[in-house]
Amino acid sequence: MELTKGLLSILLTMILTQNFVLAKFLGICPFLGVSKKVNTAVGMSMAVIFVMALATAVTYPINKYLLVANNLEYLQTIVFILVIAALVQMVEIVLKKYMPALYNSLGIYLPLITTNCAVLGVVTLNIDSGYNFVESMVCALGGGIGFLVAMVMFAGVRSRLESCDIPKFLKGLPITLVAASLVSLSFLGFAGVVENIFA
Amino acid sequence: MNPIILAVLIVSVIGLIAGLALAVASIVMAVPVDKKAEAIRECLPGANCGACGFSGCDGYASALSKGVTKNTALCSPGGNDVSAQIAEITGLSAGNVAPSAAVVMCQGFCEKSNTKMVYNGVESCQMAKQLFGGPKECIYGCIGLGDCVRACPYEAIHICDGVARVNPAMCKACKMCVKTCPNSLIKMMPLHEAKAAVLCVNKDKGAITKKECQLGCIGCMKCVKACEFDAVKVENFCAKVDFNKCTGCGKCTEVCPVKCINLITLED
Repeated sequence: MELTKGLLSILLTMILTQNFVLAKFLGICPFLGVSKKVNTAVGMSMAVIFVMALATAVTYPINKYLLVANNLEYLQTIVFILVIAALVQMVEIVLKKYMPALYNSLGIYLPLITTNCAVLGVVTLNIDSGYNFVESMVCALGGGIGFLVAMVMFAGVRSRLESCDIPKFLKGLPITLVAASLVSLSFLGFAGVVENIFA
Repeated sequence: MNPIILAVLIVSVIGLIAGLALAVASIVMAVPVDKKAEAIRECLPGANCGACGFSGCDGYASALSKGVTKNTALCSPGGNDVSAQIAEITGLSAGNVAPSAAVVMCQGFCEKSNTKMVYNGVESCQMAKQLFGGPKECIYGCIGLGDCVRACPYEAIHICDGVARVNPAMCKACKMCVKTCPNSLIKMMPLHEAKAAVLCVNKDKGAITKKECQLGCIGCMKCVKACEFDAVKVENFCAKVDFNKCTGCGKCTEVCPVKCINLITLED
């Protein structure tokens, strides 16, 4: 019971209070680039969730048995980037072969995840928080779902922006950034909620 | 072991393993790429306009290589050159792309055509048309808010004096504007040949048309009588020229009392 509570707490914290995009400001590039339509936003988020989980599953043992065991923690960033880049490439090859429909619908977003700092963020965060393997996986899942929530919500906001009469000097990216800041501000409302649910 | 050497070793080994795995995977799980489709795609102009009837240039290229279509002359922006190149790659016969350009069938310039209101809404013909058929009294004519201008991938259309005008030298006949115009005013006309065209599609009776626009067709039948080739017909109080029959003699343009028939030569 205590274990489930702890995992649920990590999951909800990652989705709501510590949302990667809206609270930690990681992965802003796809957040602004791919959020024009809800469909592409969902596709991109699904790919991110998948890569986050996979990257965590692979980097956790590497960190524990190779880096920490040899006192080489300072290599974490470079090794993780290497692993994530290779993983994304591998996922791309596999998808192209066995699921061409999904591959075509993800398009350019799949290779773009290589440079998505939210993925590197989640694996680094797992280590900084001292999570064990199960907790790390839940954290990665929560981070991915949080990304999905932020993307889909913001895609909705942007589709409303399309039909608004926006002053000329704010058109395009400026109004998008203002809208993003307001959405981010609204997520501050979740502060303290998760901690008190499980208190 | 020296920690520096160990660090170098670990990173290199991980890199090596990842590289080898990727190399093996790319060979084992290689997806055969259609060389023919790629070569055809290289020849196509890449505007993804859809004039060929397929989903963009990639769609047309794969349809040609897979034998879905054998017509090499479907790319109107590419013209005869592209058709010949495709024929060379595929071994099919080169087709003849009749060169054509878009023409806006309206002369409702600002001072010729009366307006019934001042439109201050979203700058889009589609939107303006929802409000009482647009700001002009004539609901059939060019609204002049530039939906076609935005649709044109080649910047061949401009709004001049309240009416869209196509520059035939820039037009690649992709028909994007034809699909966009909410009043279906844009028609394709053959290049290099002089043809008479009625630059009006007003379906109202002559008396009503006359009040709305000085250059609107009133359906007086004078052009029908003047034409020796039976190329002009009046339907719904508006004359229409059959381009297949028209020889470009210009007799109809001389008799037209409102000067809405023009002899159009689209030289490029």
